Amino acid sequence: MTVTSGRPGAPTPPAVAAPGARRRWMPRDGRARVGLAVIAGFVLVAVVGPFLVTGASGIGPDPLAPPSAQHWLGTTQTGQDVLAQLVVATRGSLLVGALAGLLATVLSIVVGVVGGYVGGRVDEALSLLSNVTLVIPSLPLVILVTHYLDGGGILAISVVIGLTSWAASARVLRAQTRSVRARDHVAASRALGERPWRMVLVEVVPNLLPVIAAQFVFAVIFAILTEAGLSFLGLGGVDHLTWGTMLYFAQNAQALAIGAWWWFIPPGLAIALLGCALSLLNLSLDEVINPRLRGSRSRRDRRAARRPAQPREER
Amino acid sequence: MRHLRRKLAFYLVALWAAVTVNFLLPRLMPGDPVDALLSRMQQTGGAVSPEARQALEVMLGSGGQENLAAQYLTYLGNLLRGDFGVSATYFPTPVSTVLTQSLPWTLVLVGLSTVVSFVLGVTLGALVGWRRGRWSDALVPATTFLAAVPYFWLALVLVFVFGATLGLFPLTGGYDYGLEVGFSGPFLASALHHGLLPAITIVLSSVGTWLLGMRNMTVSTMAEDYVLTAQAKGLRPRRVLVTYAARNAVIPSLASFAISLGFVVSGSIVTEAVFSYPGIGFTLLQAVQNNDYPLMQAVFLVITLAVLGANLLVDLLHAVIDPRTRQTGGR
Repeated sequence: MTVTSGRPGAPTPPAVAAPGARRRWMPRDGRARVGLAVIAGFVLVAVVGPFLVTGASGIGPDPLAPPSAQHWLGTTQTGQDVLAQLVVATRGSLLVGALAGLLATVLSIVVGVVGGYVGGRVDEALSLLSNVTLVIPSLPLVILVTHYLDGGGILAISVVIGLTSWAASARVLRAQTRSVRARDHVAASRALGERPWRMVLVEVVPNLLPVIAAQFVFAVIFAILTEAGLSFLGLGGVDHLTWGTMLYFAQNAQALAIGAWWWFIPPGLAIALLGCALSLLNLSLDEVINPRLRGSRSRRDRRAARRPAQPREER
Repeated sequence: MRHLRRKLAFYLVALWAAVTVNFLLPRLMPGDPVDALLSRMQQTGGAVSPEARQALEVMLGSGGQENLAAQYLTYLGNLLRGDFGVSATYFPTPVSTVLTQSLPWTLVLVGLSTVVSFVLGVTLGALVGWRRGRWSDALVPATTFLAAVPYFWLALVLVFVFGATLGLFPLTGGYDYGLEVGFSGPFLASALHHGLLPAITIVLSSVGTWLLGMRNMTVSTMAEDYVLTAQAKGLRPRRVLVTYAARNAVIPSLASFAISLGFVVSGSIVTEAVFSYPGIGFTLLQAVQNNDYPLMQAVFLVITLAVLGANLLVDLLHAVIDPRTRQTGGR
């Protein structure tokens, strides 16, 4: 670890975050706005929705009714209101996404940033750990674990999904940490005798925030999809409602064969819509991280994009 | 060949990790898994012979009659001999027989659809990245949507529209059960007819990942100096795209193959469940529903082995396409 990597006179590489992004609360990018609006809608439904609807559980008077003024999305085989179930399930699915996404992101920060920053043996060991975790397919593993746990509820599933899905993010964060570590401001604070943990937290992690945010969004999508798949297979436990368990009940009641499309179409659409919104957010985060991806809106942008790449410092 | 040796060593470590996780999982779980399992098997009316109990104890570890190391050795020995025990679901068929029956179905279905989806996604992605800002940009939100749709839900919708409503495709199964399995015309035609809808599901849901990745990399690569040079030399745009930009842009797609393949395999497990397709994913589900631990563990190992193998292949291909990996020993 020497200070020589800070070449005097060389232009400072631009910070990962675009300068405008910090001052404005609302992003300029239209896709990010749409994405955030949809996500905010879902969060709102998840927080207040379950208090406003009735008829999500229990047995209703008219089973398998198609959508009508009384039941906007029809009813299930036992007469529960599909819309009410959808609202309650939103809370469950979002909870799994948030918990598992948070756990996976924290794990990936610990493994990726520490490995990338410390380097050497520690880095090799942590890299090996994340690469091995990455190539072992996660869903079969999650299926096995949840089966041993016998369902286990939302918390258990979130933990299992979080524990198995951090590896890809850790790899990305490790690469980014290595490039941030080689920058002048980190070298400067090292020269000032800053303590390592403070350097990681104050000099490195803030520069990684857009990357971390993108990885978190990705982890949330992954967790919601995985939970939906697991629950659809009947492995997520059936004592709570999520979009996956709704689909499980629909499939078990032969909703397809009966033609009860109003039962199995909405949960999937909800997953797809939320996934889309999160992906949109991620697309615009990608462009914050990698400005070259920005659409060539002006000639100046295009010329800027053709400037040679920042030299990477590999050691 | 240092690169090759490093790669092989890595995959051996990964394989060992998978085997060990498989060994440790039931032993780390609270309670005695054998007792829990036997009581569940009795509830579902499974066959519980003394041999079955003993096989389970070797497989899952039973309250510590032997020490862990000895159990581990027995377990590894059994694996090496291809002895996965006896399946409880298909009693008394050995697990290895169940696997050899279901594996070809998945290999053909998932293998073919992955290749189709990869080629399609990479080609389209390169084109979209190349002609940025035209109608082709509309493909990006469309594929984003498709990538966000759960595989099994897309499968449900396809079954509902093309199977149940239009009656164009069979709802479930891998072939007409009246037919003899073999290389006969009618059987192959029936297998194709049954496999088309699952394959379309897998291709549709996985093509977006490849497409987006390739688009982003093509956009980045098109801004590189060597592409500018190639354009300045007056090469035809097609040639610039194919031999200069796309060739370099595809490398990260190959590098992220491991992540994406994991997605595809996971998705196809659930897809097989929707179609009751006689492959390994459906077998896993059957095993889980019947508390068939030997089969469950074997399926997990086989899936892991297949994914590791596919990744090793792609890594070798990577070294062929990108000479830098060969020089630096792979980083």
